[in-house]
Amino acid sequence: MTAHTSMGLDNRKMAFWAFIGSECLLFGSLISTYLVYKGKSIVGPYPPEILNIPFTSVSTFDLLMSSLMMVLALAAVQRGDMKWGKIWLFSTALLGLVFLGGQVIEFTDFVHKGLTIGTNLFGCTFFVLTGTHGAHVTVGVLWLLTLWVRALQGKLGPANAMTVEITGLYWHFVDVVWIVIFTVVYLIQ
Amino acid sequence: MSEARGLTSWLTTTDHKRIGLLYFWTALAFFLIGGIEALFIRVQLAQPNGQVVSAETYNQLFTMHGTTMIFLALMPLGASFFNYMVPLQIGARDVAFPRLNAFSYWVFLFGGLLLNASWFVGPLFHAGMLNVAPDGGWFGYANLTERQYSPGPNIDFWVLGLQILGISSLAAGFNFIVTILNMRAPGMKMMRLPAFTWMTLVTQFLIITAFPVITVGLAFLMFDRFFGTHFYVREAGATPILWQHLFWLFGHPEVYILILPAMGVVSDVLPTFSRKPLFGYPVVVYSGILIGLMSWGVWSHHMFAVGLGPIADSVFAATTMLIAVPTGVKIFNWIATLWGGDIRGTTALHFAVGFIAMFIIGGLSGVTHASPPADLQQTDTYYVVAHIHYVFFGGTIFGLFAGVYYWWPKMTGRLLDETLGKVHFWLQFIGMNLAFFPMHLIGLLGMPRRVYTYAPELGVGTLNLVSTIGAFLIALSILIFLVNLWRSRTHGQPAPNDPWGGATLEWSVSSPPPVYNFSVIPTVTNRLPRWSTERHGPMRDPPAVPPEPIHVPGGSWWPMVAALGLPVLALAPLTQTLWVAFVGAALLIAGVYAWAFQPFEV
Repeated sequence: MTAHTSMGLDNRKMAFWAFIGSECLLFGSLISTYLVYKGKSIVGPYPPEILNIPFTSVSTFDLLMSSLMMVLALAAVQRGDMKWGKIWLFSTALLGLVFLGGQVIEFTDFVHKGLTIGTNLFGCTFFVLTGTHGAHVTVGVLWLLTLWVRALQGKLGPANAMTVEITGLYWHFVDVVWIVIFTVVYLIQ
Repeated sequence: MSEARGLTSWLTTTDHKRIGLLYFWTALAFFLIGGIEALFIRVQLAQPNGQVVSAETYNQLFTMHGTTMIFLALMPLGASFFNYMVPLQIGARDVAFPRLNAFSYWVFLFGGLLLNASWFVGPLFHAGMLNVAPDGGWFGYANLTERQYSPGPNIDFWVLGLQILGISSLAAGFNFIVTILNMRAPGMKMMRLPAFTWMTLVTQFLIITAFPVITVGLAFLMFDRFFGTHFYVREAGATPILWQHLFWLFGHPEVYILILPAMGVVSDVLPTFSRKPLFGYPVVVYSGILIGLMSWGVWSHHMFAVGLGPIADSVFAATTMLIAVPTGVKIFNWIATLWGGDIRGTTALHFAVGFIAMFIIGGLSGVTHASPPADLQQTDTYYVVAHIHYVFFGGTIFGLFAGVYYWWPKMTGRLLDETLGKVHFWLQFIGMNLAFFPMHLIGLLGMPRRVYTYAPELGVGTLNLVSTIGAFLIALSILIFLVNLWRSRTHGQPAPNDPWGGATLEWSVSSPPPVYNFSVIPTVTNRLPRWSTERHGPMRDPPAVPPEPIHVPGGSWWPMVAALGLPVLALAPLTQTLWVAFVGAALLIAGVYAWAFQPFEV
């Protein structure tokens, strides 16, 4: 599949790096907006009353571990070990799903505590920022599950290692973005 | 290997040349629509207390004129050329992702249709025809665009349409970055790329970095309008200035997204018709890159009137004056290219030289905005309208028309008529100066922009009449251009491979090129492969018949299906119907999956 290229880098991989660069500006704008509007809400609830750092720390750890699974999945596919390739791909997706489940629980909890997307500026910026991130995780989970199904069908092998590598690029990027969000939104209040 | 014909072959095409032509005709159609909107504006303003259109219609006219010209005419006309020419100029058989390229086109078409549908669908929203088109200006300033102040679906069309168009530009951006960096023929080093390809590359980097910012700005507005957030609502503690920052952070790079491809065209046209290499090619390239980088540091000069404080104003005044330096460098490069050249006064050269002259005027009035005290007098007056039109019409449009006359023979196999072409040029040149030069004076005399009429006491009636006459001269010149295009189908002389004696690779293949572009991928040994210089002779053209069979990828329906999902998704909030969103998402997901699993060897 990988034809000769001028820079020696696979076309899809290069496109993905460009995409990730573009995504940095997207999340950069969202995070900047969060920071610009920090402390500007004129009605509560305010972040310290709402944010549950221990709970989200567990989600964060879960997402970090999913990146480890992703690395193991790529390594397995590259060496042609599709048995473990399938296991690690599914584990990555599963941990992604656990993270999304955590987000659902968190959002529901916040709504019960009186913070909706329209309550105040904290609600607006928080839900749109973390929601956009959650949407990215959702796309990643669908992508990983698709690869996993392809692997079950025997249609994913070492020849497709580049596909898995690009999936990994995306997944790690989404993970890194979460580290930034977790730091900026939760830890530095 | 013969080219497929028929409607299906066009709907499913992944050939960059056909996609380039689709972009060309679609953008031309939108250009005419935007032009008709401009004529209505000029008729309304031809005399004081104009009664031709109502204030509400006028708001829609200037909003749609600006939005259409920028996003549906100028950007895609540039896209038409970089689609058609970049693979040919770098010695490639297609772009890196042919189906993504088709996707970009269809998304652009559907986004443009959605925006323009707003003219006619008023009755569906219990309003009259011509009532629900966007009416908040092309920059859609918050909080005017909030639901509280713009309750109708007008702004919804604008927000959703622009979001869709952004996806088209982003997809094309990734595609062309990879194409230019990775698909070059052997020996086509970066510093051997034709100037047009270089400027396209810089443009794509600006697109993939600037569009995410407007995407976020528009998403906030969309959430404010549909889901009750308060991103731009002052009463909730927010500041509408956030919109201005996000919009102009995108908006100023966008200015260079519009002008850099035209600069690239001119940098290719001038050497060909001067029989001289581009003067200071590396400097043209580096100044283009520098313009791209600096375009990120000037956005607040659109916001001097906000009152950001003396420090911010001073910094942005300085950066704005600085960005004129690399631009000025390019102008001297172009003039020096002409200097002492063996000049052939073709229509393409007329437009290229016209570009330089008009762009200098636009650039100079731009520098006058860089001074905050002067800018405060100019803000929201016709002076700014004059500036933007010298840059976009005198600059981008003249540059792109140079491209049309230069590359039309390559794209269609027929030469355009040079006499009609020169009539077109002179009418357009005189028309644009009549139309836009008086606007400098009208503005300085105090006429605000975006106001549907003016009182006779302001004393700008005559100047406005002159401007309107100029606008109709431009319209006449465009009619002549259309006649020229139409005539060339039957009366145009058949074009040889290289009607102009060009130096770059696109002229080494037949006009129009075969579906596989190059029968044999060329090996490039220098920057002007088709010219002989003291150091080398011209390269040999690839043979007319390929020595061995060439695989040409087949078409695909899926990019169009996936693209169709986006306007359907946009219909969901417009009609407040949830199931429509599911249909749109299903189309998008089905299209993407079918696309991903379709066998397609590039």
